[in-house]
Amino acid sequence: MILFIVLAVVSIAAAVGVIAAQNPIRSAMALVLNFLVLAVIYFSLNLHLLGISQVLIYTGLIMMLFLFCILLLNLSAPQMLTEPSYLKRWAAVLVTGSLLVVLFSQIVGPWLVPVPPNNTFAGVISNAPDDFGTAKAVGNALFNHWVYGFEIASLLLLVGIVGSILVAKRRG
Amino acid sequence: MTEVPLAGYLTLALILFVVGAVGVVIKRNPIVIFMCIELMLNAANLAFLAFAKYHTTPLAPDVPASYTFMNGQMAVIFVMAVAAAEVAIGLGIIMAIFRTREEIDIDEMNLMKG
Repeated sequence: MILFIVLAVVSIAAAVGVIAAQNPIRSAMALVLNFLVLAVIYFSLNLHLLGISQVLIYTGLIMMLFLFCILLLNLSAPQMLTEPSYLKRWAAVLVTGSLLVVLFSQIVGPWLVPVPPNNTFAGVISNAPDDFGTAKAVGNALFNHWVYGFEIASLLLLVGIVGSILVAKRRG
Repeated sequence: MTEVPLAGYLTLALILFVVGAVGVVIKRNPIVIFMCIELMLNAANLAFLAFAKYHTTPLAPDVPASYTFMNGQMAVIFVMAVAAAEVAIGLGIIMAIFRTREEIDIDEMNLMKG
């Protein structure tokens, strides 16, 4: 519990750092920290394979692409963008504050009411088996029951690769 | 209490999602906006995994029980695949726009205007 609170605070601080930093490189570094902390939270949920995937895919692949793009675009100090106006900032605070209240009351709220202690569906006691996050269990489910979704995802990635090459290499 | 309740994970996912939404609204750098979208996707992933751990419901009557615990993890795997494709395409588009327009302020982009 204490470990989770520490991880959650670090994760939220990193997320705020993403949108508070002026330099995009600093935003990217804060996002890397956030992804790594989320990977640790996945490990604490017994989700080993997805924790490793989180580190490999998000902090490895996606953040590498972001940093590559930042370096190629050369967003150095002279091109730093101006801050949004105060009106826009207050509008953002208003909209997202109401979003926070609505989502909390509708999604988290039902899980806060007290429940009988032996109710495994009440969100207090895990009813998943201990090994449900291992590579064996995930691979077994993915390649037996979800194999069509897997093939569609691979097709989507192929189209994405070809499409990004087309977009990036277009001349004129 | 030693075990973290589901509401803790959901609250963390909610806060991360809202922070990402704030970033999408107020930031003007398209790359940082993409980062905030990744933040929101990760918050959704965390909610999926917390529900997978704490609130498993059966898929269908004829599906073996060992697969019913996998719903959330499968959803997260597909979200990761879609996020990878989306980032590749989106950054390619940003690079293409930057090459033709030499500016990246998202509020100044009116290329699609008739």
